[in-house]
Amino acid sequence: MNGARKVLIDPLVDNNPVTLQVLGICSALAVTTSLLPALLMCLALTSVAALSTAAISSIRNHIPNNIRIIVHMTIIASFVIVVDQMLRAYAFETSKQLSVFVGLIITNCIVLGRAEAFAMKNGVGMSFLDGLGNGLGYSAILIVVATVRELFGAGTLLGYRMLPLVSDGGWYEANGLMLLPPSAFFIIGLLIWAIRSWKQAQAEQPDYQIHEVHRTEVL
Amino acid sequence: MSDDAKTTPKRSRDSISNTLIVAIGVSFVCSILVASAAILLKPRQLQNEEEYRQRIILDVAGLYDPGADLATLYSSIEETMTELASGELAPVYLVMDGARTEQVILPIEGAGLWSTMYGYLAVENDGNTVRGLRFYSHAETPGLGDQVDKPAWREQWQGKKLYGPDGEPQIEVVKGPAPDESDYQIDGLAGATLTGRGVSVFVRHWIGEDGYGPYLKTLGEEESR
Repeated sequence: MNGARKVLIDPLVDNNPVTLQVLGICSALAVTTSLLPALLMCLALTSVAALSTAAISSIRNHIPNNIRIIVHMTIIASFVIVVDQMLRAYAFETSKQLSVFVGLIITNCIVLGRAEAFAMKNGVGMSFLDGLGNGLGYSAILIVVATVRELFGAGTLLGYRMLPLVSDGGWYEANGLMLLPPSAFFIIGLLIWAIRSWKQAQAEQPDYQIHEVHRTEVL
Repeated sequence: MSDDAKTTPKRSRDSISNTLIVAIGVSFVCSILVASAAILLKPRQLQNEEEYRQRIILDVAGLYDPGADLATLYSSIEETMTELASGELAPVYLVMDGARTEQVILPIEGAGLWSTMYGYLAVENDGNTVRGLRFYSHAETPGLGDQVDKPAWREQWQGKKLYGPDGEPQIEVVKGPAPDESDYQIDGLAGATLTGRGVSVFVRHWIGEDGYGPYLKTLGEEESR
């Protein structure tokens, strides 16, 4: 049970797909201008990741090696289409805002990465938990980024007014930069910095050490 | 499943027959999954699309109320057809006040910068004064062209006139801010001059001779009679 717990909890901070492995950044930039679409995206990605890793794991001993990636893609794509259809039926308004990004979960490296790295070698239950954990790890980052962007960019959370805007007679001047994609880069960068300062083990060794050459060494 | 790994010899898994069986099997199961999701959810999705379209029509006419029942609200709108100059029939939505037309809602579409934009234009019964303009489908640049959806920009259309004194379409989206007292000009959108230009062109087309122009004229004449 301890193993299962580790598989589920590890991707939240210690092995987070976004901040440690720096995967899934594209959609993290695109859908985080406000919290509601971000939450829906999290739900979509987490369910696709959990279901597809479980499905791939269940047939892992039959998948021929030379077509394994295309088999993964077929399974993932099918779940993505099902999730997309569900959103269009039950969360029509928000799915309009998410536009292409639900469809692009097919190419999200987190899902394919977990299928290839974990589900091909582990049992159905563990693979399901691994997919779920990684989906939740992605969700945690998306929710933080979306909260910061919506709160400071528009002064609202889930559409409810939190900070009264100057244009409506309040005191808060909305920060337009927060609504533009680059702000997500800054926030994710700051998050990575914060997490790696907290968990020193995550900090990478520099690829190249700048070596100060003393004048006497050159001569 | 781990039992299979022991009983199935490694070679057969990579054999051509197994490759074909797995490929066909996976495709078959997935296609059934996808097809059934699409078919089962279709009625609900169509209903969503229809409700969204009705809501936009009500909204552009200033009749939408989030608290009220959509079907009841929409039942006050009459759908009819009018013949364009090309001989094609085009839909018109009428908001009636007793026997008299209170306002008309015209479906319009045309090229923005990247995409075809689809929307509705609500016009008062004088056939000239705008009640509202709203798009329900477009793919303009997020953050720039998609500001056409912002309430602050949409509200500017209210009360503008479509035609000048000479009866020619005068309404336009200008570049930069529009003069305050102007009856025909709408503020341009920062960073989306081309989207604005597109909107000007196709709105003028639809209210012109080839569009609903003749219809609006008749409507205005009937009203002033």
